[in-house]
Amino acid sequence: MFSFEVGSLLNIAVVLGAGLAVSVMMIWVERRFLGFWSDRLGPNRVGPFGIFQVIADAIKMLFKEDWIPPFSDKFTFVLAPMILPIVMLMALAVIPFAPGVGVMDLNIGLLWIFAMAGLASYSTMLGGLASNNKFSLLGSLRGTGQMISYEVFMGISILGVVILADSFTLRDIVESQRDGWYVVPQFFGFIVFTVAGLAESHRWPFDLPESEAEIISGYNTEYSGMKFGLFMIGEYIAMVVMALLMPVLFFGGWHAPFGLEFGTPLISGLFWMSVKAGFFLLFFILVRAALVRPRYDQLMSYGWLVMLPLSLINLLVTGAIVLYQAG
Amino acid sequence: MFKAIGKQIKIIWSQIVTLWLVFLHLFKKADTVEYPDVQPYMFPRWRGRIVLTRDPDGEERCVACNLCAVACPVDCIALQKTEDENGRWYPEFFRINFSRCIMCGFCEEACPTHAIQLTPDFEMAEYVRQDMVWEKEHMLINGTGKYHDYNFYRVAGKAIGGKGKGEARNELPPVDRRSLLP
Repeated sequence: MFSFEVGSLLNIAVVLGAGLAVSVMMIWVERRFLGFWSDRLGPNRVGPFGIFQVIADAIKMLFKEDWIPPFSDKFTFVLAPMILPIVMLMALAVIPFAPGVGVMDLNIGLLWIFAMAGLASYSTMLGGLASNNKFSLLGSLRGTGQMISYEVFMGISILGVVILADSFTLRDIVESQRDGWYVVPQFFGFIVFTVAGLAESHRWPFDLPESEAEIISGYNTEYSGMKFGLFMIGEYIAMVVMALLMPVLFFGGWHAPFGLEFGTPLISGLFWMSVKAGFFLLFFILVRAALVRPRYDQLMSYGWLVMLPLSLINLLVTGAIVLYQAG
Repeated sequence: MFKAIGKQIKIIWSQIVTLWLVFLHLFKKADTVEYPDVQPYMFPRWRGRIVLTRDPDGEERCVACNLCAVACPVDCIALQKTEDENGRWYPEFFRINFSRCIMCGFCEEACPTHAIQLTPDFEMAEYVRQDMVWEKEHMLINGTGKYHDYNFYRVAGKAIGGKGKGEARNELPPVDRRSLLP
């Protein structure tokens, strides 16, 4: 058969297509599982198991009135929803899916993802600012504060992994987990990263920027039609990126657990990678179904008073042990 | 310090328990009733779509007394009385505007002849508003509804063709008042 090579045209097309398709399908998966977890059935009318609900939603969104409020800053208003999906797709590019599968292989892959996640906060910020609406402004204010504070210890929490792998390249990090997953030595780092990842992708219970109960969808109050759709798709892509990053950093990436490898490394790698990522996607949905949204001051104090010390101690102890073992 | 850490651990533990308990709902049967596929059991006394019934002889029960129209709190019933060659009263037209009807059942309670009855049919949506207005030919059914044996003219004292005064059930023949004179 043909061999995959990182960065080949086929690779780019497959990764982009699969990433977008999975992100879009998450609309249906999320609603279906939220249904199951609240003793309902979820969307099950359109097509087998309701799988074409995605198409119905897309058609609805495309044909909605695309309204730009007259009081808004038009250029920024149109620009804001584009940033999130573009930036998140760029973050998707450095994810190593399997040996030979991936769009690009940066030697600063991890930093690249953080840079992109940092840029994504502009989407929230500009969207709320350009809407010229008090609730939107509140939402974007919350979003900005949350992103800035949670990005701090999101970065610190994975430094432990970087110390252990001695590399910022995601492929090297995966390769160095051949003998043991980093979730064992970096358990606290994993916990902090999970929480921060939820906060970064605005997932429940950290959806304070768009909490519909208090500030009516926050920064995307004024958005309608496909502009709102872009925000939504961007959020789902962010969720997929987070779910892919979780196995790459802590659960051995494409390596099979307990030596359950089969077929070629490519097939086995893709299989295990999707199993692990799928597990985390479902976990994110479960978190949305189960946990309640904290107050904003609780969110902030939890971040700075619990998560930051935890990640710092984790980093300190990891560094000390690595130095001690090096002699 | 240790107290604070203990408190945090307690909080995190409670979140984990919540996650687990919600996860277990995956294996529970959903409460959803898939309505158009699974029809619900409708109780016989459910107050739904209004029908006009016939008596056991197959004649219209309605005598156009207008009591239902008077009892109706939203004035959705309109009818006009007329008489046939036998002297039976019946409505010339009988119109119910179902877009106004609130299914209170007062018309059924007011009806002296059990003609107007509410049925368990609740699927009353229409695409055109005018289709919500039902005439007599739409509502008149070929049965007796909930009361099978009742026939107003058999028990009422009114004389109609084929049944004179004093021939109804439990009715004495009319008294000749002049013969009672002292």
